[in-house]
Order: sequence, then structure tokens, then C-alpha cells
Amino acid sequence: MEDDVTAENLFGQPGKAAPAGAGAIIEVERLTRDFNGLRAVDEVSFTVGRKEIFGFLGPNGAGKTTTISMLCTLLKPTAGRGVLNGYDIITQQDAVRQSIGIVFQDPTLDDQLTARENLEFHAMLYNVPRNERDERASRVLEMVGLSERGRDKVETFSGGMKRRLEIARGLMHYPHVLFLDEPTIGLDPQTRSSIWEIVHELKQQYDITVFLTTHYMDEAENCDRIAIIDHGKIVALDTPGNLKHSIGGDIITLHAVDAVAARDEIKEIFGFDASVIEGAGEANAPAEKSIRLEVPSGRTVLPQLVRQLSTEIISVSVREPTLDDVFLSLTGRQIREESADKMKDVMRRRMRARGMRR
Amino acid sequence: MRRFRAIYIIWLRDLKRHFRDKARIFGSLGSPIIFIFILGQGLGSSFALGGLGGFDYKQFMFPGILGMTVLFAGIFASVSIVWDREFGFLKEMLVAPVPTWTIALGKVISGATIAAFQGVLMLLLAPFAGVHISPILIAELLPMMFLVAFSMTGMGVLLATRLKTMQGFQMVMNFFMMPMFFISGAMFPLKNAPAWLDSLSHIDPLTYGVDAMRTIMLPHFQSRFPLGMDILVVSLLSAAMITASVTAFSRQA
Repeated sequence: MEDDVTAENLFGQPGKAAPAGAGAIIEVERLTRDFNGLRAVDEVSFTVGRKEIFGFLGPNGAGKTTTISMLCTLLKPTAGRGVLNGYDIITQQDAVRQSIGIVFQDPTLDDQLTARENLEFHAMLYNVPRNERDERASRVLEMVGLSERGRDKVETFSGGMKRRLEIARGLMHYPHVLFLDEPTIGLDPQTRSSIWEIVHELKQQYDITVFLTTHYMDEAENCDRIAIIDHGKIVALDTPGNLKHSIGGDIITLHAVDAVAARDEIKEIFGFDASVIEGAGEANAPAEKSIRLEVPSGRTVLPQLVRQLSTEIISVSVREPTLDDVFLSLTGRQIREESADKMKDVMRRRMRARGMRR
Repeated sequence: MRRFRAIYIIWLRDLKRHFRDKARIFGSLGSPIIFIFILGQGLGSSFALGGLGGFDYKQFMFPGILGMTVLFAGIFASVSIVWDREFGFLKEMLVAPVPTWTIALGKVISGATIAAFQGVLMLLLAPFAGVHISPILIAELLPMMFLVAFSMTGMGVLLATRLKTMQGFQMVMNFFMMPMFFISGAMFPLKNAPAWLDSLSHIDPLTYGVDAMRTIMLPHFQSRFPLGMDILVVSLLSAAMITASVTAFSRQA
């Protein structure tokens, strides 16, 4: 087991790298995990290609982190199998671990050590040859824009810098797959986009597959392919574009004085199935008065709609479908309000952790 | 090689953290100083304690204080696994391609090193307690301190598998470490102690450690047990504790 699984062919040696899309780097078959009789992940099957940015999208508790934990060999599956980089996730744990880098949702850095010391620690645990450690550290630090801060203690870093350092650390041993569990949660918009820049750069320049989870719909669009997961099952898996096309056309959102009457009228006159939106709506109108309908072409339907409806309309908008709409049409629920709760939760947890320090 | 390296880097990290924390290094000398100068002075001049074997009280208690330092430093250093868990760093170690036992063993060894170092630091106070130290004495004491420290850090790692948060540490302190310290005979001779206290002291690992240190430090001291027996008991105990803690930690993680 000594030195046998170190991946040396990644950075800077594209010649040895497998071509994009050639073969799968992750293959999962009917992967299942129960917690005390509750099924967190339910017979999930999928494959991820080399050099792909693969996203797991779903609300809190959908089974995203559980799936990642199984792929990272931190959790034993209840049933099913998975192969990562040719190694079985159940029987070849160490080889799988050597093949992957992981950035968890919550920070896992030692903030009393400097950035470089954190990288050094990681390099030694992952068997990076001594004469390469310094050079690799400089390289990954540069990649995440922390070259100047290598000798500083991590406790002086901001949240975004810590996240970037964790990504750098995950790359120290040149993994084949980088797992990012909610990589942008709790970060400001600017830092979020800088994280995405790093991810895209990884894809363009190196032979590495990025597997990430998110519940931000807008961010999921950055992925090559997305698996939408809900209640432990994959309900859809495709490119963001195809998923949005599956909606068929545009989305019209309409606020009326009497939403139910408007819905019935639309059904009667145009034959479209509109739905009254429960819960969150647009910010400027009460949600319970909104209805939403999917139409083949918003531009042609909208004028007629406005002309022919007898129910008084307050406002109306047309837009192209987003992944939000895909999620809504697949599950009948929206993901947004859950996200807001989750954010508060995370903030609260972080605050508590900080308060408890020494 | 790979496992050895894992143990080494875990050890190195803990040492770096320890030596960076100057407040902790010198702060931990606080209570020994209070014990020696206030308690030692006060008690020594007010009471005539029997069973000191011809030494004055400060001389008698000094090896006991040394034992206390090793006990507290050792358990505190190894229980830091709980900190690592709370602040996430443990996860970084747990997902690495190294066996889990290397983490536990690394922690045991680093804790023992730190505890032994704190013990050596304590020896600087020996002249104030009227105890004569020499390089030979230190060379004799150091392995003993390491041995005692190993049993303590083994215990600390074992505790850490049970403790989920640092808040539980107060319990460990009050119901585990303090009794262990007092029962060991570190502060007073157990010669005239009631039978229950005497028998409890026989199952207290620190008893043997303190007894051994007293034998080494105080010339011609009438020790409770032969030095060989002290060393044997502490060695067996350390081996048992390390095995138990490494096993328990691997199973839990």
C-alpha cells in the first residue's frame, strides 16, 4: 500500500491525462443509506465523466451530503455499490481517499497553524514526496490567490479565504476528483464568484473532476450536468440547458386581485394549466395572489392574456425558465425558502462555534 | 513508512501548537508555584507531619507536584482531540488515506511529549523546594515522566472518545483528575491514612508514578513500593491505556 496510489499525472502533465469525457470517473449503482430506519439516500445510480463539473442540487436533507460521504468512504452504504477512479468505495478505501480531495461544508483547518503548515500537514498525510511539498504549496496557493498569505496564521483569514485555502489543500495531493460540499454557503457574492472562477479554471487547465453539492439554483447553472435530488432520490439528471428546456417555453407569473378566478379563466379561455403559488412569491406582491403558468412562447401569449382576462390584473411578468422552475415542476415545491432557513441555521451554528472558543 | 509519517506529522502539529501558546506553557506553572510556595510553606511550618521520612514538607511534596503537572498536562493535551472534533480539524485527519489508529497514537505520543516537557520545566522550581537536581537526576526522571505521561495521555484519548464537547471536561476534571491527584499521596503521606484511602491509592496509577519520582529525587527516601514495582505497574498501565484508547478511538471513528 506504500506509495501505490499517488496520482502524479495531473497538474502540468496533460500528456498522460485521460481525454475529457473518456470513460467514467465515478460510477454509482443503487447506492442506499439508512439512518435508524429512515432512508436518506434511496437507490441512487449515476455516472460522472472525467473532467466534468457535476452538481448535486436539492434542498436541505435531500441526501446530498450523505451521498458525498459515502463516495468519500466516510460512511458505509447500506446497499449498492460505487466505483471511483477504478477503486471500490467499500473495499478499497485508502485508494479512493488518495484519489479525492474534499472540502466540507464546515471549516476543517487548524487556525493556529499558518496556511503553509496546513498544506504541509495535508501533504504528509497524503504521501506527497518531500521535495515537492513546497513547490506544490506555492502552486495551489497561487491558484486560489493566497500567495501572499502563506506564512500567516489561518485565524487571521476571512471566511472566503479559509474556503479558498481548503480548496487549495484539497488539491495538494493532485486528486482525480475534488468534492465540494456547498462550497459557497455563507459567503458574500463576490467571494462566491471567485470560488466559481477557481472551479472553472480547474476544469480548463487540469485533468480533474469536480463534484459539488449546492442548493443555490443560480450556481448550479455553472455545472456541466446536474442531478436534482429530492427525498433521497434523483428526480432528474441532465445539463442545465436541457433541464430548462424540459419545461417547454417560458414562465408567466401573474398577480391578480383574485388568483383563483384568474386561474380558472385562463384554463377556460386558453387551456393552460396555471397554478396558484403557495408561499414565496415576488417581493412586491402578496404571494397568495400569484399564479404561474408555463407557455410555449411568452411573447405571443402575454398580450392576449392581458386583453382577454376579465379578472383584474395587478402585474405580470415573463421570463425564461430557471432551475427553480425545473425543481418546482418536478417536485411541486420551491427550494428557495428552505435555503433561507438553512442559511440562518448555518450562521447560527458558526456563531455558536465562535462563542465557544477557549 | 506512511503510517510513521502520519504519526509524526500529528505529533509535530500538536507540538507546534503547544510551543506557540506561551501563555499555556507558563500559565500551567501557576498552580504548581502556588502549591509549593503557599501550601508548602504554610503547611510545612504549621504542622509536623509524620511519615515524611526525614524530609521537610516542601521537599516531600515536590515530586508530587511534578506528578500533578504530568497528569494535568498529559490529559489536557490528549483531550484536545475533542477540540479538534469541535473545530472540524479531526475530519481532515479522518478522511486521509491513513489508518485511524495512527491518529490516536500520534495524539498519545504528542500528549506525552508535551507533558514530559512541562515536567522538565517544573524542575526549574526544584531549588525553591529545597530539592537538589543534577543532570543525572533529570536523565533518570525523564523516562519516568514519559512513562507516567503515557498512561495519562492514553487515558485522555480514551476519555476523548466519550466526550462529545469540551463542556464535559469540567466533569472529568472534578470527578477524575482531582481525586486521582489527591489519592495518589502526592500531597501527604498515606502512611497513617484510613484503610479506604490507602486501598484506593493502590488502584490509582499516579500513586506509583509519584512514589517512583520521590524515590529518584529524594536520596534514601523510604518509599512505599520498590522502584522496580513502580516502574512495572506504570509500564503495564501505560501499555494497557494506549491499547485501549487506540482501539476505542478506531472503533468510534
